[in-house]
Amino acid sequence: MDLYEHQGKELFRRHGIPVSEGRVATTPQEARSAADSIGDEVVVKAQVLTGGRGKAGGIRLADSPEEAREHAEAILGMDINGHVVRRLWIEQASDIGKEYYLSVTFDRGEKKPLFMLTTEGGVDIEEVAERNAEAIARLHVDPLVGFQPYQGRLLLFGAGIADPSEQKQIMAILEKLYEAFVAEDAMLCEINPLIVEPQGRIKALDSKFTVDDNALYRHHDIAEMRDLEAVPAEERAAREKGVTYVKLDGEVGILGNGAGLVMSTLDVIAQAGGRPANFCDLGGGGDAEGVVDALEVITADPQVRAILFNIFGGITRCDEVARGILAALGRLEIGVPIVVRLDGTNAEEGRQLLTEAAAGNLHVEETMLSAARRAVELAGGEA
Amino acid sequence: MAIVVDRDTRLVVQGITGREGSFHATRNKDYGTNVVAGVTPGKGGADVEGIPVFDSVREAVAERDANTAMVFVPARFAADAIFEAVDAGIETIICITEGIPAHDMLRVYNWVRPRGVTLIGPNCPGVLSPGKANVGIIPAEIFSEGGVGLVSRSGTLTYQIGHELTQLGIGQSTIVGIGGDPVVGSSFIDILGKFEADPETELVVMVGEIGGAEEEKAAAFIAGHLTKPVVAYIAGFTAPPGKTMGHAGAIISGSAGTAQAKKEALESHDVRVGTNPTEVAALVAETVAARA
Repeated sequence: MDLYEHQGKELFRRHGIPVSEGRVATTPQEARSAADSIGDEVVVKAQVLTGGRGKAGGIRLADSPEEAREHAEAILGMDINGHVVRRLWIEQASDIGKEYYLSVTFDRGEKKPLFMLTTEGGVDIEEVAERNAEAIARLHVDPLVGFQPYQGRLLLFGAGIADPSEQKQIMAILEKLYEAFVAEDAMLCEINPLIVEPQGRIKALDSKFTVDDNALYRHHDIAEMRDLEAVPAEERAAREKGVTYVKLDGEVGILGNGAGLVMSTLDVIAQAGGRPANFCDLGGGGDAEGVVDALEVITADPQVRAILFNIFGGITRCDEVARGILAALGRLEIGVPIVVRLDGTNAEEGRQLLTEAAAGNLHVEETMLSAARRAVELAGGEA
Repeated sequence: MAIVVDRDTRLVVQGITGREGSFHATRNKDYGTNVVAGVTPGKGGADVEGIPVFDSVREAVAERDANTAMVFVPARFAADAIFEAVDAGIETIICITEGIPAHDMLRVYNWVRPRGVTLIGPNCPGVLSPGKANVGIIPAEIFSEGGVGLVSRSGTLTYQIGHELTQLGIGQSTIVGIGGDPVVGSSFIDILGKFEADPETELVVMVGEIGGAEEEKAAAFIAGHLTKPVVAYIAGFTAPPGKTMGHAGAIISGSAGTAQAKKEALESHDVRVGTNPTEVAALVAETVAARA
């Protein structure tokens, strides 16, 4: 789960990492009163879960509460990389002397947390890595031992930070950031930029914070931060029904069991000249309820012109799935053709049930490839 | 032979009294797997379909000489269950449980690794050596005995490919589901190494998907260490960046982890990559025929 800047900063603040004072606003009026109570020059920052806010004009400096209100009016509703701005973070403006970069990420390859520190902050870290990889100090932490002070020194020396006051402040931030990373079950904690003010004080000017979904059961406070409105309506409905669904932009609706098989089904649709409308995994179930729920979610997408049902029965029995499909057809008004391919446990019984039902918009195919071609054809694609 | 599980496997099932645990323990036993014990703390002395239940893995090892553990306990207790199995001297642990927090697995992995224990999973369908032993939830009837080793990050996709192979009359030595989480106990490389050393395995099929860089690392390993032919498949060519595709580990972040990059890495080391499960089976059949 990705957190907004202001949510990440709240976690930083709780762990003792210095951040600026600020308030959330969802209307121009709220932005005005937030600026008023901060009582200083403020920055009005769009809160969206994507990069490039600055370039898009989503971050603006305001000298007065009235100017903050005007900026808020301009930024709210703005579309930044497909994300509509619905909330703002009004923060006390900072004087920037230097911009550094600091992060801890979950390094899947090494299976250890990875620190990265560089004095070349304020720009995309991948850009720095490409242009001047040596400028980035990198260091893995043994999760069984935890972060040690000598590792902080290695990072500081490696990044070429020589000022004693900066060293002392960043050392403290490193320890606290590692503590936050572990305590909050983070997959990523990134501060870019980590600024040094002209007077020498260091603080986090931005935050990218991602928390492991599997660990949310032990972080109720973070789970509650989820902004349901930022999730597409179909994905929200699917989540409520316990269906794994990701919206894509094609016309062939896809339903299968098991993440790998569904991904493979999307690819086969593309190979047949069509475009998948979604990723939808029934999981291990495939009972009537699950099928009805999933079909409901998929058919809610107006772009869907045909549906491909790709099931490989293992523990899941294909005859059960077939009964689920028939039950769903009885309960839902489905106007688009459905292609069904069943294989594995009790596949023949399943196919027979569907064939006997002889529903007009139901097409039974024997193999994954022929089913994909048929679905693309029925959706009006090439195939 | 075969790898990870075989006729010498003496299995203890952790979480055996749960609904899933008892169902699959019974299925595994019916297949012929030597299921010697179950563990559920507080239910020692009970039995599940004739399988004695103990309070701890330590007891199961002492009383029944268990050497392999299957973990079926809920996600929030799973890391503890793995630590317990390792501490009791179990050499092979297969963790089926899904939804284990990544930080828990980070600690488990770094603790287990230097101890020489084989950990498969979590969030995996298990391991099947046809005709010998089945540990996990893989439907054995799809597969048949033979010389193809199959290693995969995904369950049903593996069944699909196994089914296509079986229909072409090509059997398998062992099927290993390594799991779809960001941190799993055994990588493709670990399993490829075991297949290389297994005299029964003649050819390996590797089934990858988007996310991470394990397929790329495996490509380099194959070039340096495998004498046996490898056929690969990668799922997720049409997956957009930034969206998790069902498995916690299946996500393209930035330019890393795309299916195209994985395919190119494999092909650059002369591994043939099929574009769909049917083609993978056909490539295997071709390779087998060419060697015969």
